[in-house]
Amino acid sequence: MNAIYILWLRELKRYMRSRAMIVASLGQPLLYLLVLGFGLGPVFQRAGNGSYIQFVAPGVIGMSVLFTSVFSGIGLLWDRQFGFLKETLVAPVPRVTVMIGKTLGGATVATIQGLIVLIICLIAGFRPISWVAIPLAILFMILTAVVFAGLGVAIGSRLQDIQGMQLIMNFVVLPIYFLSGALFPLHGLPSVLSFITRIDPLSYGIDALRLLLIGTSEFTLVVSLVVLCGTALLFVGLGSYSFSKIQL
Amino acid sequence: MIQVEHLVKTFGEFTAVDDVSFNVAAGEIFAFLGPNGAGKTTTIKMLTTLLKPTSGAIEIDGLDAAKQSNETRKRFGIVFQDPSLDQELTAAENMDLHGVLYHVPRKLRHERTQMLLELFELWERRNDYVKTFSGGMKRRLEIARGFLHTPKILFLDEPTLGLDPQSRNQLWTHVKNLNKTEGVTVFLTTHYMDEAERVADRIAIIDHGKIAAEGSPDELKAQTETDSLEAAFLKLTGSTIRDERADASDQMRQMARMWRK
Repeated sequence: MNAIYILWLRELKRYMRSRAMIVASLGQPLLYLLVLGFGLGPVFQRAGNGSYIQFVAPGVIGMSVLFTSVFSGIGLLWDRQFGFLKETLVAPVPRVTVMIGKTLGGATVATIQGLIVLIICLIAGFRPISWVAIPLAILFMILTAVVFAGLGVAIGSRLQDIQGMQLIMNFVVLPIYFLSGALFPLHGLPSVLSFITRIDPLSYGIDALRLLLIGTSEFTLVVSLVVLCGTALLFVGLGSYSFSKIQL
Repeated sequence: MIQVEHLVKTFGEFTAVDDVSFNVAAGEIFAFLGPNGAGKTTTIKMLTTLLKPTSGAIEIDGLDAAKQSNETRKRFGIVFQDPSLDQELTAAENMDLHGVLYHVPRKLRHERTQMLLELFELWERRNDYVKTFSGGMKRRLEIARGFLHTPKILFLDEPTLGLDPQSRNQLWTHVKNLNKTEGVTVFLTTHYMDEAERVADRIAIIDHGKIAAEGSPDELKAQTETDSLEAAFLKLTGSTIRDERADASDQMRQMARMWRK
């Protein structure tokens, strides 16, 4: 437990000390919120779907959680580059412990980042239907963060060089985001697209946030909870396996 | 304490370690010498469970390093050739993290951290971020961290690289002291022949992945009919300058340096 705690704390300290990184990572969600929120707002409203800011805010929060958690896991690449990975791999603790510490650290940082974006959304005019649902929404943020931090560690354990990051961004992270219904409603989609959105775990994270924050959803809360818990187990398991196989 | 039999490591077509066998007795200081790319670091990586051997057997304190890697890791400590500190943490935080990972009790952790940081003259800078340290200071911190827990076996992979003579002297005095008082077995690699001669009980010279000779410094000189360890080393390994293959981490470090420029 001590090893998990110290590695979790390390992730948190690194995040808190990197103010430039915090500001930089808020740039993209802000851009989506302001440009899409205000730009597409009138069109969305004319189509009879209400306020686009209300609709897109949970998606932007989900985006922030997704990007931060995946890249926190992929941060293993930097640990590999700067040598710190060796220090953890030769330590007399099971590698699964190291992986869990890293995943929980990444998930915590991603949840904090999601909360910061939620505050920004509130400043931009977003209003949740009920403040009481906020703690439950945070729980879903944590679950989503664990899912993607696990995926990030699984990917980061296999990446050998920095060029691979662009590949992951373009062929894994962005498709997960754009196919999650973060920017558009999930109902009424062509059947192929509808199928893809249903196998994307982020769809369930964002849908749950949308249900809790604005009261509309495609899935029930229980379905989202079960899918996210199952995917979290799968990705954390996959991450643990990949991490245990690292050779330097 | 360390038994290696017919150890082989290949990377594709390239054989980095080729049928290497040796034994290191408990309480012995054993030096592994070789030119660049001879297979020293690859051997240490296999001994410390970072790399799986292609074939052969490694026994550390009676444990099979490949099958009982977790238990094996409890037996040793290591100072790496390359940096392995977290630059975004302070010196004290790096020591603390290491101490927790190696199950050093809190009180002992703090006492030993102070003793070691004072020994390597870093105590005054304990709360500074490692990224603000000079190369020599980072190296001293790596070494101090490696000594935080008292393992049965200590692997030192070119520990004095980038250290000034004073720090080198401090390091070897401490290593000798640990060996004498705690009976710690030491396995080291170095490029400095004078250091190997000064501290090692026994030396193995490795070249092209194979052990070329093994014995005490005097035995090696006698075997090669030379009057210094350096002359013996050159006679066994030749005088051609070797190139090392850059691995993925080396390439990434080079790229990061380019970006910083």
